Amino acid sequence: MERNFTLYRKLFTSTFYLSAFTFGGGYVIVPLMRKEFVEKLKWIDEKEMMDMVAIAQSSPGALAVNASVIIGYRCGGVLGALVTVFGTILPPLIILSVISYFYEAFVSIKWIQIMLFGMQAGVAAVICDVVWTMAKEVASQPQKIYIAVMLIAFFANVVLHLHLLIIIIGCGILGFLIERYAKRRPIQ
Amino acid sequence: MIYLQLLLSFLQIGLLSIGGGYAALPIIQSQVVDLHHWITMREFADILTISQMTPGPIAINGATFVGTKIAGLPGAIVASVGVVIPSFIIVLTLAFIYYKYRQLDTIQAVLKGLRPAVVALIASAGLSLAMSAFWPDGKMQLATISWESVGLFAVAFFILRKYKKSPIVVMFLCGVGAVLLSFFGIS
Repeated sequence: MERNFTLYRKLFTSTFYLSAFTFGGGYVIVPLMRKEFVEKLKWIDEKEMMDMVAIAQSSPGALAVNASVIIGYRCGGVLGALVTVFGTILPPLIILSVISYFYEAFVSIKWIQIMLFGMQAGVAAVICDVVWTMAKEVASQPQKIYIAVMLIAFFANVVLHLHLLIIIIGCGILGFLIERYAKRRPIQ
Repeated sequence: MIYLQLLLSFLQIGLLSIGGGYAALPIIQSQVVDLHHWITMREFADILTISQMTPGPIAINGATFVGTKIAGLPGAIVASVGVVIPSFIIVLTLAFIYYKYRQLDTIQAVLKGLRPAVVALIASAGLSLAMSAFWPDGKMQLATISWESVGLFAVAFFILRKYKKSPIVVMFLCGVGAVLLSFFGIS
């Protein structure tokens, strides 16, 4: 990958475009980034994408901003990270500063509300789609125990409501222990 | 002076909002409503509503809204920059460590445990989004389920899996679909 003007422009336009469409909370940036950088541009592979989300998730701040910092750093170094961060914060900055002037009018338009309600179902589908793809990747690993780790983490989050950092640290330790055990006794 | 206050306040918000999204809310509230009285609780609730209707992280939206109100566009920029600086530094450091040491066996092992965790966390976000789409009034009973939402979800999921269409296009089509459904009086 050449570090030139074209690269930075592509990084900026990609993150600007993705950020302008991250309706429905931070996690939606994961399927959008995956589509752009893994499937379309092929700059990042599937596993690396998951690692990036893990790093983004363990750091303070918004997931979309954090994920864009890693993508930018990976593709264009520190300057790349600066470019992607600006690409990511500009759309909400522009949209919010415009909307804050005529907020009352905006929220009372009936069809905008209906449209947003429908988009919520779409956002849920987009997230479920990326979960399906990523879960397949985890399940295709030779060690099937990681499917159990995935289910435990899901249970810990949805049922036990454990803090995200506890889940991330716990699963990191689990991975460490599983690999150590596997080294001593190779799993067939 | 007000710029410095905005910057310092939003630096703290950026640094302390671990877990993202709604985890940032109590910190934003304590800084901009309780401590500095920059906005009222009513306006704080408005930020939430707007954030649900517009793209972008809630912390950036809050920074822009408060910054604009206190010191215009420069205020919005200062507050937004403040809120991303901690993320930028910490994530950059972690990314540097990741790319330098990810070939080590120990890091490889830890990452192997983290990947399923990431999938599980995204899955739970998907679950709560789907539930709030299917039951818009919050009560989870068969009688109150929004069938048009379930239908849109099913069609969207099918199109995404089968035809690998762009998520952005699919999301918008769902919005347009809902408007059309209500226009023709189906929902």
